[in-house]
Amino acid sequence: MKLAYWMYAGPAHIGTLRIASSFKNVHAIMHAPLGDDYFNVMRSMLERDRNFTPVTASIVDRNVLARGSQEKVVDNITRKDTEEHPDLIILTPTCTSSILQEDLANFVERAQIDAKCDVMLADVNHYRVNELQAGDRTLQQVVQFYIEKARKKGELPQGKTEKPSVNIIGISTLGFHNQHDCTELKRLMGDLGIEVNAVIPEGASVQELKNLPRAWFNLCPYRELGLMTAKYLEEQFGTPYVDITPMGVVETARCIRKIQQIVNAQGADVNYEDFINNQTLYVSQAAWFSRSIDCQNLTGKKAVVFGDSTHAAAMTKILAREMGIHVVWAGTYCKYDAEWFQTEVSEYCDEVIITEDHGQIGDAIARVEPSAIFGTQMERHVGKRLDIPCGVIAAPIHIQNFPIGYKPFMGYEGTNQITDLIYNSFTLGMEDHLLEIFGGHDTKEVITKGISAESDLSWTKDGLAELNKIPGFVRGKVKRNTEKFARERRIQEISAEVLYAAKEAVGA
Amino acid sequence: MTVAESQTLTFECETGNYHTFCPISCVAWLYQKIEDSFFLVIGTKTCGYFLQNAMGVMIFAEPRYAMAELEEGDISAQLNDYEELKRLCTQIKRDRNPSVIVWIGTCTTEIIKMDLEGLAPKLESEIGIPIVVARANGLDYAFTQGEDTVLAAMANRCPDKAPVTETAKNDANAIQKLLNFGKKKEEVAQEESEYKDHPPLVLFGSLPDPVVTQLTLELKKQGIKVSGWLPAKRFTELPTIEEGYYVCGVNPFLSRTASTLMRRRKCKLIGAPFPIGPDGSRAWIEKICSVFGITPVGLEEREAKIWENLEEYVKLIRGKSVFFMGDNLLEISLARFLVRCGMTVPEIGIPYMDKRYQAAELAMLEKTCIEMGVPLPRIVEKPDNYNQVQRIYELKPDLVITGMAHANPLEARGINTKWSVEFTFAQIHGFSNARDILELVTRPLRRNNNLKDLGWDKLVKEM
Repeated sequence: MKLAYWMYAGPAHIGTLRIASSFKNVHAIMHAPLGDDYFNVMRSMLERDRNFTPVTASIVDRNVLARGSQEKVVDNITRKDTEEHPDLIILTPTCTSSILQEDLANFVERAQIDAKCDVMLADVNHYRVNELQAGDRTLQQVVQFYIEKARKKGELPQGKTEKPSVNIIGISTLGFHNQHDCTELKRLMGDLGIEVNAVIPEGASVQELKNLPRAWFNLCPYRELGLMTAKYLEEQFGTPYVDITPMGVVETARCIRKIQQIVNAQGADVNYEDFINNQTLYVSQAAWFSRSIDCQNLTGKKAVVFGDSTHAAAMTKILAREMGIHVVWAGTYCKYDAEWFQTEVSEYCDEVIITEDHGQIGDAIARVEPSAIFGTQMERHVGKRLDIPCGVIAAPIHIQNFPIGYKPFMGYEGTNQITDLIYNSFTLGMEDHLLEIFGGHDTKEVITKGISAESDLSWTKDGLAELNKIPGFVRGKVKRNTEKFARERRIQEISAEVLYAAKEAVGA
Repeated sequence: MTVAESQTLTFECETGNYHTFCPISCVAWLYQKIEDSFFLVIGTKTCGYFLQNAMGVMIFAEPRYAMAELEEGDISAQLNDYEELKRLCTQIKRDRNPSVIVWIGTCTTEIIKMDLEGLAPKLESEIGIPIVVARANGLDYAFTQGEDTVLAAMANRCPDKAPVTETAKNDANAIQKLLNFGKKKEEVAQEESEYKDHPPLVLFGSLPDPVVTQLTLELKKQGIKVSGWLPAKRFTELPTIEEGYYVCGVNPFLSRTASTLMRRRKCKLIGAPFPIGPDGSRAWIEKICSVFGITPVGLEEREAKIWENLEEYVKLIRGKSVFFMGDNLLEISLARFLVRCGMTVPEIGIPYMDKRYQAAELAMLEKTCIEMGVPLPRIVEKPDNYNQVQRIYELKPDLVITGMAHANPLEARGINTKWSVEFTFAQIHGFSNARDILELVTRPLRRNNNLKDLGWDKLVKEM
């Protein structure tokens, strides 16, 4: 037993449900007790989905406990088949059902006899894998199922597409900014003259899966979801895959160069160097930003990074390599992938932390006292408590991390978005700090009526000149504090001396 | 002739394929209510994931609850349950020092037959903290029934002898008495005289403290003294329950607690409608008064006054229809109140219907429908959400009260919805909170009135 208040990655069935509900016309039936269909609430609320989440439960209750599910699961599958006519029904075990050890595979076989749709049992062990691993496995399982089915029927299309083409693998529902990333990646592929053969699982139909081998290569933007599928396709059809996450300027270029190498190896003749150069120097603002004096001010500032492998690794590299920020430690909760993370980030940070314990991360943040945190919603709350700003870069996330506006993390527009995120986090921190120096956060006493800083007090020329030297965003505050100081001491005219006396008085 | 037919309530039972919260969610409001408690949910990642997502930001306020997350070794009994629980509870004692640890049994502990009730007394005596066991699992219960299982377990912990009498206490606190110049005693005596002579009454059901005060004062106006509440603000303040005490429930989902109080503690249950809505509040007080042989005063005026103040809201819903999909067991009481407001209710879905515990409420619903001249609703126990959605498409109700899983999809199809869970967390009991219920019920209608002319009703493409 483990005492736990919070977890970064959900239970296995959530991963399976994310895959199932990402596909078009696929229905998942959970073998679960009442109340375990909380996934529907998350999808309906966080993603604001307009459609009913295609997930139902075959309820495990007292009777099932006593006598087994018997016909119940089979009936529920065939019923859903006639009600919704899905292409595929995925029977999803939960932690409860996996200890019941009912022969779910047998139910699937029996249901398949009556059901018009395909029926499949998700192959995940609840006590060994988490949401991310289960999602990866389920996607591979679905792809394999339809490839084998097509092969048996002799429907597997032969050969590659005429022009270079790609499958984008790993875009899924409830994924962090996945929809926006997907749009950005499609745009990037368009710019590179590469056709998008398929995007899976989000929005895809299982009928299209047999066409996956037609792509020249597969792109796996996320470390957590899709790699198993890409490896399966490589092993079956020799399709190469690119697993470099195009996040940040340098990594995007690296990803594009890898694509160039792969398509040229298959007979294309492309050179993306000019495109990379043009984007990097003139289109994306991130490279220019790192040269600008704004970014200079961030040099050597301390930051910490925590999240899933993909986002934490990419952010660490961006902060350290592209902005000169001192990443004191970088960490991930993807313990099962620790080795990869270690090699990716170890040269860009002082320390690597691999843990699923949010308490340990909270302590590590408090110990380091960084100027900014880049983490999950949990780290944002730690930041709030410690008064350190936090940019959210990875799941687990709240509803505000499903923005309606276009906010990709990948590709060249992604670099712009990330730049804003980083810069805004640090500026806010700086502003806070300045406010602190010039007299605290809240002006609790009313100094003059109204918010405007107009007053009856006069400022001498040198006083005003000094005031104007103060950074714009705290100037009003300093002015008010100084005037309050002057009023209390019945000083009529405010000179530079008074201003500094006021600053000292506040500091004391 | 159809009128004659619809003059009795019909009860149906469907498949039980419906969406609701897992009953372990009760820890979220109970740990806040019982300030010196610690809730330990013994379950899996699935339970933990539900809690952390359902409770939203509350999780970050260092909650007094945690998961005892079962690992493979626990399931296969390679680890010793007792030793594991002892390790965790010792840690909780060290870090938080609560007055009680409540173990919430889950589906998993049921299936692997972990003997929590057997382990608790042993561990309790070993670590010196009371351990209360509640089996609030999804195999047996829905959502608010979780509270019922906890309160039923707590009912057994209520002291069965009244503590030392007032005078004895005063003697013991002689110094304090001196400091108070005997003033306190005078006040107490005066206060006592405001109450009529009746046997002790204990109310059960967890309500926010302001609502507890409101209902207590409401009864005080009738000269009825509330001797205690189950639960109290602190575990150490659980009320005394002696044989022969009267008890009365404030919520419709507390049937196990009620039967525990009757059977184990030999109390007399006052079966009343629940104090939800001004009509329910009045009926609740009247019933308690009638049991004690007290003639209620000023209730009719009080109810009329409340209705007068509600008119602005009632105007918006009069003549409209409301469909309850059912997930928290408040449905019967809410439907009864809304019928009184002039709404029609084609269907009341409800997870579980205890016709004995809710008898007075059901009778009042029937009576209200007849008085308002509207057809009696069909009550669907263990509903089937899929079938319900088909019925909603057919009936086109003006409002659907439903869980979050269905709310957005229904809104996208032009159907007004209200998220049912809000009724569980909002203050809805007593005369003064009737406004809050209507605030919730009318919100979607008011919002959609504002948008009405924009032509944005249906936001999904027809298939």
